[in-house]
Amino acid sequence: MVEHTGIRVVHRGGSKINFREPVITSDSRFLLCGSGESVKVYSTSTEECVHDLQGHTDLVTGVVLNPSNHLQAYSCSADGTVRLWDFTDGILIKTFIIRYHIFSIHVSEKHVGVLFVVVPMANEKGSELFQLVAVHLPRSGDPEVEVGELSAVLCDVSPNPGAVSFGTGGEYIAAAKGLQLEVFFFKKQKSYRFSLKSGMNKGINNSFTCISCHPKEDCIATGHADGKIRLWRNFNQKKEYTYSTLHWHHNAVNTLRFTPEGTNLLSGGIESVLVQWRYTQENQKDFLPRLGAAITHIAVSPDGSLFCTSHADNKITIILSSVKVSAIIQGLVKDDCVRTDLMIDPRSKALVLNGKPGHLQFYSLHRDKQLYNLDIVQQEYIHEQGVDQFQVVKAAFDTHGDWLATVEERRQKSSELEINLKLWSYDEQTQSFVLNTTVTAPHEDQITAMCFSPSPETTLLVTTSLDGHFKAWLLADHSDTEESASWSCDFVGGYHLLKPGCCCFSADGSLLAFGFQEVVTVWSPTSWELLTTLSQPPGAVRDLCFGRLSCSKYLLGTSTKNQLCCWNLLTCSLEWNTPMDVSLLQADPFSENMAAFCSQSGSTDLFVFKPSEPRPLFSKKALCTGKVERAIFAPRDQMLESSEEYSQWLNRSQLYFLTQHMDLMTFSTKTEEDRLLASSKQLMVDDSVAITPFYLLLGRHKQQQQEKQELLTNPLAERTPLPQGSIAIKELLDTPAHVLPSASFLCSMFVRSLLVSSSSRSKLEDNVCTP
Amino acid sequence: MASFKPTKIQIYPQLGAKVTQDTLYWKNYKAPVQVKEFGAITNIDFSPLAPHNYAVTASTRIHIYGPFSQEPVKTFTRFKDTAYSGRFRSDGQLLVAGCEDSVVRLFDVSGKVALRMFKGHTKAVHVADFTSDCYHILTCSDDYTCCLWDIPNSTELTKYKEHSDYIRCGATSKLNKDLFVTGSYDHTLKMFDARVQKSVMTMDHNHPVESVLFYPSEGLLVSAGGRYVKVWDLLKRGQPLVSLKNHHKTVTCLCLSGNGQRLLSASLDRHVKVYNTTNYKVVHSFDYTASILSLALAPEDESVVVGMTNGILSIKHRKTSEEKQGPTGQPRRQPVFRVFVKGRNCVPKQDDFLVSKSAKSHLAKYDKQLKRFNVSKALDTALESWKKNRKPEITVAVIKELDRRGTLKNALAGRDEQNLSQLVNFLIGNVVDPRFAPVLVTATEMILDIYKAVVGQSSVVDRQLVRLQELVEREIDYQQDLLEVLGMLDTLFASTLPRKEVPCPGNSQPNGLAEVDPGPQLRVA
Repeated sequence: MVEHTGIRVVHRGGSKINFREPVITSDSRFLLCGSGESVKVYSTSTEECVHDLQGHTDLVTGVVLNPSNHLQAYSCSADGTVRLWDFTDGILIKTFIIRYHIFSIHVSEKHVGVLFVVVPMANEKGSELFQLVAVHLPRSGDPEVEVGELSAVLCDVSPNPGAVSFGTGGEYIAAAKGLQLEVFFFKKQKSYRFSLKSGMNKGINNSFTCISCHPKEDCIATGHADGKIRLWRNFNQKKEYTYSTLHWHHNAVNTLRFTPEGTNLLSGGIESVLVQWRYTQENQKDFLPRLGAAITHIAVSPDGSLFCTSHADNKITIILSSVKVSAIIQGLVKDDCVRTDLMIDPRSKALVLNGKPGHLQFYSLHRDKQLYNLDIVQQEYIHEQGVDQFQVVKAAFDTHGDWLATVEERRQKSSELEINLKLWSYDEQTQSFVLNTTVTAPHEDQITAMCFSPSPETTLLVTTSLDGHFKAWLLADHSDTEESASWSCDFVGGYHLLKPGCCCFSADGSLLAFGFQEVVTVWSPTSWELLTTLSQPPGAVRDLCFGRLSCSKYLLGTSTKNQLCCWNLLTCSLEWNTPMDVSLLQADPFSENMAAFCSQSGSTDLFVFKPSEPRPLFSKKALCTGKVERAIFAPRDQMLESSEEYSQWLNRSQLYFLTQHMDLMTFSTKTEEDRLLASSKQLMVDDSVAITPFYLLLGRHKQQQQEKQELLTNPLAERTPLPQGSIAIKELLDTPAHVLPSASFLCSMFVRSLLVSSSSRSKLEDNVCTP
Repeated sequence: MASFKPTKIQIYPQLGAKVTQDTLYWKNYKAPVQVKEFGAITNIDFSPLAPHNYAVTASTRIHIYGPFSQEPVKTFTRFKDTAYSGRFRSDGQLLVAGCEDSVVRLFDVSGKVALRMFKGHTKAVHVADFTSDCYHILTCSDDYTCCLWDIPNSTELTKYKEHSDYIRCGATSKLNKDLFVTGSYDHTLKMFDARVQKSVMTMDHNHPVESVLFYPSEGLLVSAGGRYVKVWDLLKRGQPLVSLKNHHKTVTCLCLSGNGQRLLSASLDRHVKVYNTTNYKVVHSFDYTASILSLALAPEDESVVVGMTNGILSIKHRKTSEEKQGPTGQPRRQPVFRVFVKGRNCVPKQDDFLVSKSAKSHLAKYDKQLKRFNVSKALDTALESWKKNRKPEITVAVIKELDRRGTLKNALAGRDEQNLSQLVNFLIGNVVDPRFAPVLVTATEMILDIYKAVVGQSSVVDRQLVRLQELVEREIDYQQDLLEVLGMLDTLFASTLPRKEVPCPGNSQPNGLAEVDPGPQLRVA
């Protein structure tokens, strides 16, 4: 097998934007946040991404504004560099190479030319101890500068950027870790440590989680894991420090932030309520409840007019200082696991997977933007630890996108499983899905697979469950009654009380295959007749896939005992099988190709093949580390015209996959990259205006017109003397009106002053001709 | 900031008949008016003329009723014995009636004395009808014969002696003056043509025929006899089309609705069934107090008139459009002037800028408490709503929501005697309901866990707990019995299902399981 170099595996959007605290620029127009290996610049008013600052080669771990130039920002990354950006133009200005894994970055106005970064004590990745070091930036014109000078400020700090804060404009720095608070005064070069008594023996975890210093007064606010907030005062000595306690949160305080004037303290936690405390009148609180998910970071704009909160569901909420939500920037929501499969909505061509708890998200792959969330569970989400919530575990679309089926389940500790099957119909008017039928407890046990029949005549849904049955659901039309059409169970079947694990319809909907552990049963969905059984022991069937188009006589199956089998349905016999540990088998809906992901010794290989041909079309070894959990073929909006054999399979559709670490990856070919490059040149637009779809429509057109006009007027524009420069005009403007002669007299003089004299004109024409 | 999502009250499927267009149509009649006649009402016939009076034949009289009054407009009493089959001519001027004394009498609707008497039968005449040309009369008698009479000179034209038992029903064609059908107790239907001296078609109904009816197109014929209603295709030489068995006693009368889309049959089992004439499914049925002998529908289905064996005539009139609205619950309050009238008739002008104001969502009382995490109060308000309108769905939904939040125990705990007895009362009422059992069993277990320490301190609660225990024990017994029945049914189904061979790949490939049976299958309608 040949490794093909023309196809690369690339990250395609959907990276976390809530990993670190976002930054609002001083004019409150942009919001910067680290997103995977790049820094994204969003417009705070339109929620659109204006720039994608690319350059880092590893996870971006912090973004701060340059305190000496408010149009620049520093970003630090796990690749050991700090980069300085001009975020309005999206230009990389400088790269400082530090050569340590950087966890967070802090700056202060008092310390110009010094960055404070958190790095591991010993330069190893696995090190558990971290230190805060000051980096003196060398003054040099080179775009890449090696930083030699590092001086340790504090040892043993938390790598969490929220646990370090500058106080009173940079006079001291406070850091918290575990049960200890450390304050370092730069003037005295002295640090004080304050520790809390452990509440562990009382069952209370009162360790520090976050810290924020008052910008004007000597006061440090600390958040604790038991939900308390402590305000520390008088801490510039060892003995007589004091603290007061505020308690509203019932779970850990995730983040704390003083407003720039220090009048308010903002705090947030898992309750997903933004709490605004009045400084010195702490019993007065404002709340902004039901923000959707646990608050992980709070940022405040330098002028205090905007707040923004990062949430656990990969979302940034921009909040006005009057505690009203003004905008929401939503990334691809990725929980720790994707319970539903990856799907493509046939109408919007959006990627669909489970998003926020109890929701399905529709995510546009082309625009890297979440389109909308569909509330499946329709229940108030209780933001509390240890509460069992309904989760969307399965979803399926029919071929035209008219129907959506979802399964939600809740596993309670004490009582039995709760399952709901919901069927949603697409409403043309609202352009959204509307709940049609809810089936409570459709099966007695977990539903393992669900699929719609692809045949256009019937709307048939099949579900298989661990209770050993499969059920067919039909849309029953009650045209004679008042009720609208609803779904009901049409057939219940089983096979020897074995547990069905997967199901698959053939491309025309005439055959239906179930994997009952080791046996594959093929049924006719019209008569519910068992047509044949196929099996290739040992090993239970993991995945089933019918061939398509020219290969529709084949049925492919993978088993747990490292087998990939291909049966010929005409002869009911095994066509071929190979020993392969296929973790995922995916059929391309637009061609006869199939993709098989095989996990082998810690990494995953990909094979793309046609069932009728023994040779794979494409193979890639060591695609990524770990298993590939989910994959999907998405249709391209524009067909590629690649003639090379190895990349032809990517012409009509694009293969996306989710790795174990929840990274959304895809394959890109040479032709595609060329095209992207060409289109990105077109999209260079005036940066003073936020890029919106509307702007892209009209702005470019306007720009072109402008350019044309400029071309026309350019020679003229150069030679026109400034009107203010002309003596006649100066005279006209400076003389008081009551002493001026009549307007008719002045008019001719004024017009003459605007004319170009013939001598200067000829000179210019020479200039034009010579080059 | 998302708004609070209210607790979802589960909608449980309504058992019983579905509301269809037909039920709405046939239910749209006023309460029946009842008139007592002297004897069993054997025939009802509507006049084809405008006020649509109807002739009711009962005992020795024929009463003619108007469409609105309960008093007869006219009465014909000149019968020596029981009268039968008083029918109007198609111009509504003449009325013919048979009689037990074998004489057929013809009346002018405005007169009193019979215009003509047709004598020739030897036994009671149960059927008399006009032919479509209005000049002849068809009569069928218990002497096994049927006759055609000429009205002007009251002479017998033809006599057919083909049946071998009483002839109790007959119908003349509305399109052809020479065709008619008779049904007899000899189980046959015969079709006659007056131009021919014998029957042209014979159909076997298998039961004594009580009623026959032509479809408006006269391509189909309906007959009723025994418990069966049968439809025959006349254009295919009397082939049986469908046989309907929806009554459990003899069907006595047939009738078509005004538009010919629905067929009605009345029976001695006191029901009137309405069939759809396209698929012959019963779409509606009426109940009456006694066995029905006769049934008629006014043109356009304006009224349904039914005559019964006990001599009661029941008349149902269709509701007019105003009455259809009916009293809608409580009378609507008058709007307060300042609130409702202002700007009510305002039409936005072209340049007006419309400011949309989001409608304020109103939360139910229990949702307001849930929003504030007041769990005990939420449960209290939910229980109150159950006390007020006896809707356990809301209370169960709130208990389920509390359980989901993990705070059900907190909500149930800390109650005094009165509060607790109210709660246990609710459980006694609903815990065995299969719709609510999964939720309420958890709640019951929690209550028993929480309050087991105080059992024996209050006689009220103790008594209720004992009741609850009895209830649960009885329910367990029921379930056990049902499971036994289910097991029996399973064996029955399994033995009746034929074993089927599944084609197996008969090649060298090893196939894990050679012998296959589809296992117990269950079809769910």
